[in-house]
Amino acid sequence: MSERLSSGGAGNRISVRKTPKLFIGGKFPRSESGRSYEVADSKGHFVANAAMGSRKDARDAVVAARKAFPGWSAATAYNRGQVLYRVAELLEGRRSQFVDEVAAGEGVSRSKATAAVDAAIDRWVWYAGWSDKVSQVAGSANQVAGPYFDFSVPEPTGVVAVIAPQESSLLGLVSVLAPAIVTGNTVVVLASEARPLPAVTLSEVLATSDVPGGVVNVLTGRTDEVAPWLASHMDVNAIDLAGAGDAAATELQVAAADNLKRVLRPQRTDWTATPDLHRMLAHLETKTVWHPIGV
Amino acid sequence: MNTKKFDYAPAPESRAILDLKPSYGLFIDGQFVDTLDGRAFKTVSPATEEVLAEITEAGQADVDRAVAAARKAYDKVWSKLPARERGKYLFRFARILQERARELAVLESLDNGKPIRESRDVDIPLVAAWFFHYAGWADKLDHAGFGPNPKPLGVAGQVIPWNFPLLMLAWKIAPALACGNTVVLKPAETTPLTALLFAEICQQADLPPGVVNIVTGAGDTGRALVEHPGIDKVAFTGSTDVGKMIARSTAGSHKKVTLELGGKAANIVFDDAPVDQAVEGIVNGIFFNQGHVCCAGSRLLVQESAYDEVLSSLKRRLGTLRLGDPLDKNTDIGAINSAEQLARIRELSDVGEAEGAERWSPPCDLPVKGFWFPPTVFTGVSQAHRIAREEIFGPVLSVLTFRTPAEAVEKANNTPYGLSAGVWTDKGSRILWMADQLRAGVVWANTFNRFDPASPFGGYKESGYGREGGRHGLEAYLDV
Repeated sequence: MSERLSSGGAGNRISVRKTPKLFIGGKFPRSESGRSYEVADSKGHFVANAAMGSRKDARDAVVAARKAFPGWSAATAYNRGQVLYRVAELLEGRRSQFVDEVAAGEGVSRSKATAAVDAAIDRWVWYAGWSDKVSQVAGSANQVAGPYFDFSVPEPTGVVAVIAPQESSLLGLVSVLAPAIVTGNTVVVLASEARPLPAVTLSEVLATSDVPGGVVNVLTGRTDEVAPWLASHMDVNAIDLAGAGDAAATELQVAAADNLKRVLRPQRTDWTATPDLHRMLAHLETKTVWHPIGV
Repeated sequence: MNTKKFDYAPAPESRAILDLKPSYGLFIDGQFVDTLDGRAFKTVSPATEEVLAEITEAGQADVDRAVAAARKAYDKVWSKLPARERGKYLFRFARILQERARELAVLESLDNGKPIRESRDVDIPLVAAWFFHYAGWADKLDHAGFGPNPKPLGVAGQVIPWNFPLLMLAWKIAPALACGNTVVLKPAETTPLTALLFAEICQQADLPPGVVNIVTGAGDTGRALVEHPGIDKVAFTGSTDVGKMIARSTAGSHKKVTLELGGKAANIVFDDAPVDQAVEGIVNGIFFNQGHVCCAGSRLLVQESAYDEVLSSLKRRLGTLRLGDPLDKNTDIGAINSAEQLARIRELSDVGEAEGAERWSPPCDLPVKGFWFPPTVFTGVSQAHRIAREEIFGPVLSVLTFRTPAEAVEKANNTPYGLSAGVWTDKGSRILWMADQLRAGVVWANTFNRFDPASPFGGYKESGYGREGGRHGLEAYLDV
């Protein structure tokens, strides 16, 4: 945080700045590359040196996400719902910090930033409630011609890579992250390149809520550099290209075909509107089970 | 093991029911037309190598014309037709398919090489069922869970494989039309005949011209269709390699893509499973349709404690299978679909032996002409062997063992594919536990290779994306 944002009339006190780090497997490492990049506010003033994530960081994050997948996907829906709700609780407690960061990074008024932060908190609550309802909406009992109880259930796709929206640094991020994890996926998210600080602060919220380590991994750095490694990674099952530009998105989509990742193309999205289900359903598989019936 | 087979007199289904023409054009805009820039090729019976008919390989200009016809039919007719009326055409299809079931079954077995018992009892009844199921959806899309008044995509380009020629056509065309799309479909080059007969059925049903167009041909025709800028949807069933090519070539386009690709399914037999029933399921899992099944149970995982019993029972059962004339009603194993596929099966089987697995086949006389491969079982297979990893798409079973349910799950999931899996056990709770753990789109318990139009089918991971069947299958053809 810059002094301008955190001085708060404390006379000549020099504020204690925070080093923004990556969030991988529940820990906060610097980039293994030792690199960082300057983050400025909307007026171009220096704010922080963010970690400039590398290919190795991306791979480490995928390993952490894969490791967390069995536990998180096997957690009860009630449990996952409560964990997401807990994130909302903790976000609420750090509301003013997020308002500062969003206002500074996005260059919007405090009232607009406040509205975005409030919407982000409410979005966690909205998705939290979906955890034990999605299978009732997306699943089915199928009337087959034979002595079988035939049913279809949605299951998490696995490890989902997310290129977070570039403009909407908190609300956009939450809007792509929450629908992926609520159903049991684990995520590697690449934060907005120019506005990574809300993502870094969100990872501190996630670390102190009940989200198990590795369920969400947050990378900061150059989108052009890191996104291709995620798109071509053979142990990533799906990729949300929300924050990739149109031309880059096509290249990433081509790379994603190497292991037939499920791809969500970037779409014009009003992040303030109540979402529909497509983001949640995009990271789900349908499993059909034929269970015999007999005496 | 050498159980003597009863001798049966040959009981071939008569070909007299067929009215095969010496040559076929392309079915575009409601008519059979000559090619503009393609050429002719021959389709043969894989059981005898007899030439059945001359078929047209559609060129780029032909595909252009077919897409244009489908677009015109979409804009002018099909999208304006009330949904209820669309549904009536599909019901009409279902009925005509039932009426002409015998003819279709004979033609399918002749062109594909599959036993008439399967085409008559499985393929064609399912084809009719598929149309009947989706016919009913046409005027109920508002209630399918995709919001009010979901819109069709437009023109669908569909490319299907040779293993279930008419059934795959039904899986593609029925939901596409029910949702209000028009289609251009390319059947596989080795099995075009039932699709061309379906074109005649379109005429018989008075389907408006251009709603269904059939362009025959091989890979180049398929590529021309998939990459055509005039289509809004690509539906492909086939190999994972081609699926990846399609995913790349359609990247960045507006086309919605669904892919139903390869598999290497585990068929898992626990020691409490009724052995005779499990053995029937193993046979059905890998020798049904000569193993030309993307969801075939090609990896048998047997619990160690049941291994000897299951294997000896399986070998005894394989000794009773009848291989031969696909049109004979007593035939269990038909012909391999093509010389190319036979070469692939031979190659991988030789690799299996070279890598140290033990190869076994029942005593079995192969016909001299045509493409044939005996039912084959490999034992002593490790997870690293190519025959345990790669899709063979033939009557070749790789047998592995396990001790605990957790080990079975780990081995079953140790594949880039994720289409299907089978579980054989007497214990209901174990079925559901296994089903939960297996990363596959379809899990069959105490059965295998069973399909139903109400039951969503499709893969995890590199087995593709999208579902076919039931409510889930609608999504592939709606703009949602």
